[in-house]
Amino acid sequence: MAASQGGPGAPGGAVTARSLHWLLPAASLAVAGGLSLPVLTVAASLLVAAEGPWVEFVRLVLPRYVVTTVWLVLGVCAGALVIGVGTAWLVTVCRVPGQRLWQWALLLPMAVPAYLLAYTYADLLQYAGPVQTTMRAWFGWGRGDYWFPQIRSLGGAIVVMTLAFYPYVYMLARAAFLEQSGAALEASRTLGHSPWSTFWRVALPLARPGIAAGVALVGMEVLADFGTVKHFELDTFATGIYLTWFTLGSPVGAARLAAGLMAFVLAVMSLERLSRGSRRFHATGTAPRRPAVFPLRGWRAAAGVAACVIPPLGGFGLPAAALLVMAATAGDPLFGPTFLRLAANTLLLAVLAGTLAVAVAALIAYGLRLTPSPAMRVAARIVGLGYSVPGAVIAVGVMIPFGYADRLLGAWLHAATGRPPGLVLSGTVFTLVYAYLVRFLAVSLGTVEAGLGRIRPTMDDAARTLGHGPGSTLLRVHAPLMRGSLLTAALLVVVDLLKELPATLILRPFNFDTLAVRVYQLASDERLAQASTAALAIVAVGLLPVLLLDRTIARARGPRDTPDARP
Amino acid sequence: MRTDRGGLPVISVRGVVRRFDPASPPAVDRLSLDVAQGEILTLLGPSGSGKTTVLRLVAGFERPDEGEVWIAGRCVAGNGVWVPPEARGVGMVFQDYALFPHLTVEENVAFGLHCVQRIQRPRRIREALELVGMTAFAGRYPHELSGGQQQRVALARALAPQPFAVLLDEPFSNLDADLRAQLREEVRGILKHTGTSAIFVTHDQHEALLLGDRVGVLREGRLEQVDVPERIFHAPRTRFVARFFGRADFLPARVTPQGVQTEVGLLPQRPPLGNGADVEVLVRPDDVAIAPAADGAGVVVRRLFQGGTVLYCVELPSGRRVHSLQPHTVRLEPGARVAVRLDPGHALTCFHDGQAVGTAGETASEASALAGA
Repeated sequence: MAASQGGPGAPGGAVTARSLHWLLPAASLAVAGGLSLPVLTVAASLLVAAEGPWVEFVRLVLPRYVVTTVWLVLGVCAGALVIGVGTAWLVTVCRVPGQRLWQWALLLPMAVPAYLLAYTYADLLQYAGPVQTTMRAWFGWGRGDYWFPQIRSLGGAIVVMTLAFYPYVYMLARAAFLEQSGAALEASRTLGHSPWSTFWRVALPLARPGIAAGVALVGMEVLADFGTVKHFELDTFATGIYLTWFTLGSPVGAARLAAGLMAFVLAVMSLERLSRGSRRFHATGTAPRRPAVFPLRGWRAAAGVAACVIPPLGGFGLPAAALLVMAATAGDPLFGPTFLRLAANTLLLAVLAGTLAVAVAALIAYGLRLTPSPAMRVAARIVGLGYSVPGAVIAVGVMIPFGYADRLLGAWLHAATGRPPGLVLSGTVFTLVYAYLVRFLAVSLGTVEAGLGRIRPTMDDAARTLGHGPGSTLLRVHAPLMRGSLLTAALLVVVDLLKELPATLILRPFNFDTLAVRVYQLASDERLAQASTAALAIVAVGLLPVLLLDRTIARARGPRDTPDARP
Repeated sequence: MRTDRGGLPVISVRGVVRRFDPASPPAVDRLSLDVAQGEILTLLGPSGSGKTTVLRLVAGFERPDEGEVWIAGRCVAGNGVWVPPEARGVGMVFQDYALFPHLTVEENVAFGLHCVQRIQRPRRIREALELVGMTAFAGRYPHELSGGQQQRVALARALAPQPFAVLLDEPFSNLDADLRAQLREEVRGILKHTGTSAIFVTHDQHEALLLGDRVGVLREGRLEQVDVPERIFHAPRTRFVARFFGRADFLPARVTPQGVQTEVGLLPQRPPLGNGADVEVLVRPDDVAIAPAADGAGVVVRRLFQGGTVLYCVELPSGRRVHSLQPHTVRLEPGARVAVRLDPGHALTCFHDGQAVGTAGETASEASALAGA
């Protein structure tokens, strides 16, 4: 149908009445504009003249920040690449004992935020921690008698973050391997290549875009991390922003650092784009078939199993078990009313931001579908950018304009009522929810767009020719088909913001703590045991999208052209 | 499916223009066509010729920039009138079926019956499913059906509300060849059985000739010719149409008092042109006779085995090539010398400046006799 359709920009299947045709895109453009404010603010900070302490700061401290950040990103990306691609190959194309279990277990570390891993490992491996205490008891060592690796170091952070973030690479590499046509691998075998050589020469190059995307995601997560580097006392951009704002008291300096961090992220993203070039990686010709299976036997099978067990054990099993033990033995004196208050705060934020994120995403997605104009597309792009911008950067980008608005508003209200009103916007739940929207809208937008994409325009057309008007089409075709996607979008946003730390820490209202914030505070005071219940709650909720993801990947195996939209 | 309204066309497109981009030529350019009660019109053309746009104009998914669209005696677009798709009473079958994945087969068919009395719906659904032989699958979901079955359901869904006409947009292009042929027969049977008028868009010439009561050939948004299949094939009005249907060779010729003189002999026919006029004669493979001869003018260059028949490509002394269709019992190898003769058994179409001249009367009567049968 598209082949013979004469013109571009002919929106197949307009769902709405004429008036909605301009109203909806206009509204979504306005919303998209409003949500791009923080990113633009941070970028604009580069135009403001520098002040005294900032110049010193750049000269003395900035180089160290850059070096640490670069090493951290490189180390974690390399680790995640090796673990992610290796395990994906093992559980997708090879046959190892317990395959189905590992396919699923390897995703588990996604449920644990990196900072929780860091807190748990620091707690376990510190001098007074259970591991070193046991070693001393067994061997009768005293202080200084033995060498033990320092977990709170750059190397420690690289290990911890690798364990936390490798699933991104694993997931995308696995999807790429699943999509590959088995014929390509078989052709390589008939041309005289061993399985190993086939992996290097055919499978890996074909999976490159997926792997690159996964590594880019890992890089962004590392740049966005605040909890781990703060706990390990590493000087990176993320901690630098915090320090500049609250210790040096320089918002402009913080914004400039934030801009630097954003530049890093953009560089990572463009590198990934650039590396793709004009190559195509899709299988040509027939539909993809199941990849060829290489069975592993003997010691290879044992090694394969070990490779599949260690990453999820380190990234999920051990820390979760440790937290469970802490919660059970040391107990959580805060459990009870305090926990409930924290949970209620968290839930309030989750429901508010989750609902809004889905509503706004639906607005933009429909605007995009009805009028795929360049302006609309750019707006959707900018809104999507928020996800790749670290939380600390967004916090800075929100604080500056909101603080300015507060001063204007305060002056106006002061003049009008004769009393200073205090802060109206800053430090409210509204500010926090706005920041969450900026940061996580991309998640809901992606999911909603994918769901909407499954409703082909011809379905709208079919409903119209069968005598249903735009409203009836929306209600009877779109609503039931979109329900699953909308719920998924809400769930993903909720889980993400539950784990979110830096923006919450900076923007939360006074005395308004969430589960993540409380865990951070207690862990900083070396009182992780007291936060173990809250930490476990975060992990438990984090498991939900992991289950969802596993199902989605498995379902992607099926034929593509039979859309199954029932949730 | 609805009552005859005294020979008035069910669908009438009148001078419609649709322009997507002011800079480029219109996708549909001053196009007019009528579809009679119970008639199947196939629209054929290369991709980008505007055939799907014509369908979408009739369905109401595109607004004409000029001209009018009439359905069942009512103006639905043009002259300030605009009737939305849901109020036009036209069914549509889509290339990708567009079945609703969240509804069962039965619910999909029921989707268009919301204006029918509730008590009558089960019967209408059953009838529609019986028509396409899908009764046994009423409770299935679309993704549990094969491509051919999905297409049958799509047709049942379009027919269930008893529309004035059904529009089919390359409905078989996602199916394999065998299934295509089978469904083509079925769909034609169903449309004829129910007396439903239809516009059927395709880019497959065989499909167009087999399915259509009449065939319209589109090129760059204009109708080159609308005619019964026989005339489209044997009396194409332009070189474009001739080329589009079947293998066509064009032999340069000159009009003489005795007839049309070609490189391979004289044709006893007189186009209405002056003596000495240059023309091109449309020669189909079945018009060319060849026989082995040591002093023959032609040389076999290629032999294309087609099963029951063999297509020979023969090079003439001028270097021009013609094709000849022979039964498989004739066996000639490439390099063999053959005598070439034109033996059409009917007047051949001559083109002057790309347009057909003369011969029209004869084949027209022949074709209308065939169509009337």
